[in-house]
Amino acid sequence: MTRSPVLELRGLSRRYGQTTVLNDIDVTIPEGSFTALLGASGCGKSTTLRIMAGLDRPSEGEVLLSGKDVSQKTTHQRNIAMVFQSYALYPHLTVFQNMALPLTMRHLSSLGRMPFVGAVAPGSSKARNLIAEKVGAAAEVLGLTDLLHRKPSSLSGGQKQRVALGRAMVRDPVLFLLDEPLSNLDARLRVKMRAELVALHRRTGRPFVYVTHDQSEAMAMADQIVVMIGGKVAQAGAPRDLYDRPASRDVATFIGHNAINLFQPADGMPGLHPAADEAVIGLRPEHLSPAATGALEANLETAEYLGSEIILALRSERGTEIRAIAPGDYAIPAPGSPVRLGFEPTRLHLFDEQTGKRLEVAS
Amino acid sequence: MRRLSITRREALTDLWLAGPATLVMVLFIFLPVAIVAVLSFTDYQFGAPSFAWIGLENYSKLFGSTLGRRAISNTLIYVAIVIPVSVGLGLAVALGLHRMMAWAPWLSQLLRTIYFLPVAATLVAMSVAWQMVLHPSLGVVNQTLAALGGTPQDWLSDRGLVLYTLAAIGIWQAVGYNMVLFLAGLVAIPPELYDAAEVDGAGHGWSRFWTVTWPMLGPTTLFVMVVTATNAFRVFETVATLTRGGPAFASDTLVYALYREGFIYFKAGYASAITMVFFAFLLILTLAQFRIVEKKVHYR
Amino acid sequence: MIRSFISRAWSTLFLVAGAAVILLPFLWMLSLAFKPRDEIFSADIQLLPSRIEWSNFVVALTETDVPLFLWNGFVVVAGILAFQILFAVPCSYALAQRRFKGRTFVFGMVLAALLVPFHVTAIPIFLGFAKVGILNSYGALILPFVPTAFGIFLFRQFFSQLPSDLFDAARVDGLSETAIVWRIAFPLAMPAATAFAIFSVTAHWNDLFWPLIATTDPHLATPPRGILYFRDEESGDDVGPLMAGAVIITAPLVLAFLLAQRKFTQGLAAGGLKG
Repeated sequence: MTRSPVLELRGLSRRYGQTTVLNDIDVTIPEGSFTALLGASGCGKSTTLRIMAGLDRPSEGEVLLSGKDVSQKTTHQRNIAMVFQSYALYPHLTVFQNMALPLTMRHLSSLGRMPFVGAVAPGSSKARNLIAEKVGAAAEVLGLTDLLHRKPSSLSGGQKQRVALGRAMVRDPVLFLLDEPLSNLDARLRVKMRAELVALHRRTGRPFVYVTHDQSEAMAMADQIVVMIGGKVAQAGAPRDLYDRPASRDVATFIGHNAINLFQPADGMPGLHPAADEAVIGLRPEHLSPAATGALEANLETAEYLGSEIILALRSERGTEIRAIAPGDYAIPAPGSPVRLGFEPTRLHLFDEQTGKRLEVAS
Repeated sequence: MRRLSITRREALTDLWLAGPATLVMVLFIFLPVAIVAVLSFTDYQFGAPSFAWIGLENYSKLFGSTLGRRAISNTLIYVAIVIPVSVGLGLAVALGLHRMMAWAPWLSQLLRTIYFLPVAATLVAMSVAWQMVLHPSLGVVNQTLAALGGTPQDWLSDRGLVLYTLAAIGIWQAVGYNMVLFLAGLVAIPPELYDAAEVDGAGHGWSRFWTVTWPMLGPTTLFVMVVTATNAFRVFETVATLTRGGPAFASDTLVYALYREGFIYFKAGYASAITMVFFAFLLILTLAQFRIVEKKVHYR
Repeated sequence: MIRSFISRAWSTLFLVAGAAVILLPFLWMLSLAFKPRDEIFSADIQLLPSRIEWSNFVVALTETDVPLFLWNGFVVVAGILAFQILFAVPCSYALAQRRFKGRTFVFGMVLAALLVPFHVTAIPIFLGFAKVGILNSYGALILPFVPTAFGIFLFRQFFSQLPSDLFDAARVDGLSETAIVWRIAFPLAMPAATAFAIFSVTAHWNDLFWPLIATTDPHLATPPRGILYFRDEESGDDVGPLMAGAVIITAPLVLAFLLAQRKFTQGLAAGGLKG
């Protein structure tokens, strides 16, 4: 299945004076995809989004929209919609006016936009009806119909979020950009809005690019995740690829709910893999559990009982910290007791000790 | 039409937004300041075909002649009276009204409105009213004095008195403004400080004022003093309306002298020198004000 | 208990007496404006007129130029405010929300211009206007006040507190920078604009210095200039109408102040920054 790319960033760099924020990145956004730009704060993901939008310009490289270079075009000419972290609703306009503004700028002449005069400008009443219709339809989808005459200050966080989405939706853009849109909501509402966003994505059929620092958000919604570390693309791929085959030690550390165990050659864990004395070995805690015939042995330090599972912190003979997960019904031995741990050899990840790159070694 | 590159267009946008304001600033502020500085070294007269460079002669005339020194000393005396009295009264009124808020808010509010009235009122019209209040025979002041057995005074035409009369009107106008600034300072004092003073046994009357209120109002007071001083230095409306600098230049001030020399006698060169001296006084004051405002910010 | 009562009594006495002094010229002005002619020229103290005499106001409004002074005042004040906002708001927006070469320099100029009182620029502006031949016109009364460093400073402070996302959103929505200034930034800056408008209107309605210099035509007189023409002409016998004229000229701002006290106090106190 090859979907044609809507947006491509090629060899993109962005420098502010001496500091390099983006260093030679390539990103492709296919038709209909839901892409998450995932990274810690300061990794360059927001800058990438702003360059896609045309709010910022690259120092080097190209931005292609449907195969054409758009570096000389404004956001509006690119017909890209953007939802901001702070929602950025216009406080002095009603919900209706907020959602109608992008359409007003497109469908009405500068004469028609003027107060009073605009009402009699040629063609403006037709355009006004069209605008009202589109805003009404978007408001219906988002459940905002009753709020159209309110000002943003009287709305709840979730409602503001919907208005911001509505403002993006009304103009039928070729691409939606979302900058941490859920980070200002409380945890319960965030989960609810995730589902709504996914539904909205299906409904519009347009590609979404979603910036977040929250990997569970990215994993839950996206079909493509671009992991950014230090101004570079560390890995781009489907959520499952990222989890199962992280391209580097850094990605392996970043992705996954439980912090991955990384064993250095100096840690001396020969029981893990024949290459253990020359490569870094990664093994996720959830893939390492107590087993009577396990290849590893370590002393139990603490155990955190979480109901469905138990998180074990252990220490090997040579002092290496190991984290493992046991099922909820596991009988916890006394602290200090030796525990044998087992794992599936296919779950091991090997990384080059110097570069941190993934090593493909048949296990 | 060739399309301009986006950086070009952005630069033009900045020029379009910031350019006009910058241009009028240069045209009506910076250029005139430069010209007035240059003119102060010439004997230029308005309408004259040419002028000569005369160096510091205008300045030595201002500082050397009785008249010039009169204008400077009158201004300094005026400022020296208006600052302490209007700041002191403004503080006293603010303290009184602030306390009154606790037991008679409506009266406090009403009095505050009254004290602030002169700030909003047209000073020239009010000066005309003052002229009638101080009228030698028909004015209410002299009538009251006469009724009480005192000696009526020529408030605006007595050489020894006129400057003080003008200062009194200046104070009348400034008290309300200073009061508002002090009230803002008083409201900003955290009430915990008064509780702490109470616990330490300094919760009443003067000890309360000296331990909490006055130290906390320190920065505000400095600020109010400088603002009052800058306003007092510009005294013009009352002089032009009531005395025209007279009698016998007894109430001549810097700005009025500037006006008279420049726009009645058209001695542009000399008036420019007066302007520069006036400017120098105000610059020192305004720079002091900036320093204080900055300090006030750090204080918080 | 008794001590606090006495101290309250004393401070109330002091405050009320002070207020009476503040009110004195206002009351005397009103009293003379409403007094019949013979009572004005009586030597007895008489604060209240024996009967309300409206004829002074009728004379001031129909036989003198007071209505013209009011109109001139309105034109000049409105013209100054409109131009000040037209020039200052886009510049403040650019200073606060855009990054351009020379931004620091322009802002430095604004701060430097704050230090210059109007009186300093009067002579060269007068000479320039004389040369161009626009003295004695509304233009001469309005133009010198168009650059307002204080206004730029005030609006810039306000705009730099607004989140930049808001302006990015407007760019995404297709607004040009000019449209952003007038459709987004300026409506949001209404509190700052109100404070500035009060400061500007009060300052220029009450200004005497420049109208005295720039105009010699009585038909162009602003209220303060006009009341002086009036006073100098009547030479002592028309005190009633003169006072009525003073009342009429003072009334607009005083009434506005009484109706919007809080806004006025804030606006004029903000002006303290400029002095």
